[in-house]
Amino acid sequence: MKDLVATREAYGKTLVELGRENPNIVVLDADLSVSTKTAAFRKEFPDRFFDMGVAEQDMISTAAGLAACGKIVFASTFAVFGSGRAWDQVRMSVAYTRLNVKIVVTHAGITTGEDGASHQANEDIAIMRALPNMTVIVPADAVETVKVIREASRFYGPTYIRLSRPKTPIIYDKKDYDFKIGKGVVMRPGKEATIFACGLMVAKSLEAAQELKKKNIDCRVVNLHTIKPIDKGLIVKCAEETGAVVTAEEHSIIGGLGGAVAEVLVENTCVPMVRVGVQDMFGESGKPEELLVKYGLTTQNIIKAVKTVLKRKK
Amino acid sequence: MISKEKIKKLEGVARRLRQHIIQMTCAAASGHPGGSLSAADIITLLYFHKMRHNPKDPGWGERDRFVMSKGHAAPILYAALAEAGYFPVKYLKTLRKIGSSLQGHVDMLALPGIEMSTGSLGQGLSAANGMALAGRLDKRSYRVYCLTGDGECHEGQIWEAAMTAAHHRLDNLTAIVDHNKYQIDGRIEEIKSLEPFAEKWKAFGWQVFSCDGHDMKAIDQALKRAEKVKGRPSVIIAETVKGKGVAFMEAKPLEYHGRAPTPEEEKKALAEICQVKEFEV
Repeated sequence: MKDLVATREAYGKTLVELGRENPNIVVLDADLSVSTKTAAFRKEFPDRFFDMGVAEQDMISTAAGLAACGKIVFASTFAVFGSGRAWDQVRMSVAYTRLNVKIVVTHAGITTGEDGASHQANEDIAIMRALPNMTVIVPADAVETVKVIREASRFYGPTYIRLSRPKTPIIYDKKDYDFKIGKGVVMRPGKEATIFACGLMVAKSLEAAQELKKKNIDCRVVNLHTIKPIDKGLIVKCAEETGAVVTAEEHSIIGGLGGAVAEVLVENTCVPMVRVGVQDMFGESGKPEELLVKYGLTTQNIIKAVKTVLKRKK
Repeated sequence: MISKEKIKKLEGVARRLRQHIIQMTCAAASGHPGGSLSAADIITLLYFHKMRHNPKDPGWGERDRFVMSKGHAAPILYAALAEAGYFPVKYLKTLRKIGSSLQGHVDMLALPGIEMSTGSLGQGLSAANGMALAGRLDKRSYRVYCLTGDGECHEGQIWEAAMTAAHHRLDNLTAIVDHNKYQIDGRIEEIKSLEPFAEKWKAFGWQVFSCDGHDMKAIDQALKRAEKVKGRPSVIIAETVKGKGVAFMEAKPLEYHGRAPTPEEEKKALAEICQVKEFEV
């Protein structure tokens, strides 16, 4: 059994470390600090933490004002609110201004679970990556999250980082992983098809590839943690080398990782592709594992998608 | 106390800024003259008397910050920045033209001296709060000023920001409402009343002042009083007239909210502002 750690836990711990290293880091939250895990920073650095209350729009524009005065600002809330509720503020005050605000959201996707559709952000990648100047990152596990948060604090510019609520498998060995924004990672070599995945679907894609190997289907798995700027070179290379593509994401099949990969493929190469993700529908209340099954986000769904795409391969 | 000579000088500056508003919107054949003219005296007093700023060093850390939350009043801010020496006055005629730094609504990346990009109403006051919080964290003594429209106060975010400023006791912040009583669709009182307006701000924990927004001495006094307030943010409700300084615009505030003067109207407006019979463009 692999270790299970929530990406938001890794975020909270890393934020405190960064706070100790850099007095210029300021954290904002909108009444969800216990859930987003910014509460640890609040406790250690009360002067540099601002709880904006239930006011996400105000939070984002305030973050912009702080950043305009040279602060490195982390602003956190749930993914639905940080993207949708405050989208115009993100667009106007953060993206258009190219200010150094890191919007780190938790409870993304269907695995938010029992809270139901209102709290399950399945559209956030699509609406955030449509914004000019915005970098969009979806870490695959807690190890990668630490690297992403550290890198985000060094990198100047608006960044949207998407984390999950539940504990998810650790897939990286801490020592040998060099994270770079915009550079996808080949997690497993393979010749017959490439599975591009992000977030918790990377672990499931690795499992799927392992299962498929037993049936002599050799799949490559790529962790596309950065949805924007997308790693065009790696996508085209893998597509051409393997001749078939599957995308897997805990997000709507519209406009997310699948959309981004499709855009690259259609303009650069002719390779069949199948998307695994939430169909064009809202979620519902339930346990995360139940919802992943009901909404088609399992290892089996990925295996099926690979088999489908292979039939279309010339 | 501001001297009589200084007031006279400021009134002269305000007249020049009004000329620029008319000329630049006419040249652009678009833009918002009405709400720029109503804010002209407030902006003049801030940029030519009150605020610490340095056109030669727009990034100076100790400078006072001004956030133009009503981003469509860009022409008056551009006029002030040009007259103050941030860029050549002749550049004003590029307003709204392709490739110009003088965007239809203010853009901080395009033009030094602009502290925050705005245009989607209601966001500037939150940003101003962020600047005031940063000033406190950095132990800097600058003040933050934020000009909002009165129609803009329909935006819920203004009141979110009002709560934030009061909660954090931001006494290094002064908001000024350009209370010209009109929004695009009509009189605010008829579209959606703000009243009781001053009481709303009070109830949100702000120290409220009001003044004639076209009287330099009154604006200066209100700003001075606001500066002395401790432990809470202050707001000045500046009573203004939309289109102020141009009689035919004052008479039709709705028409000139978002319509530029024609070349014919430009001549007429400039003659009035410059107090001459005929104005040669």
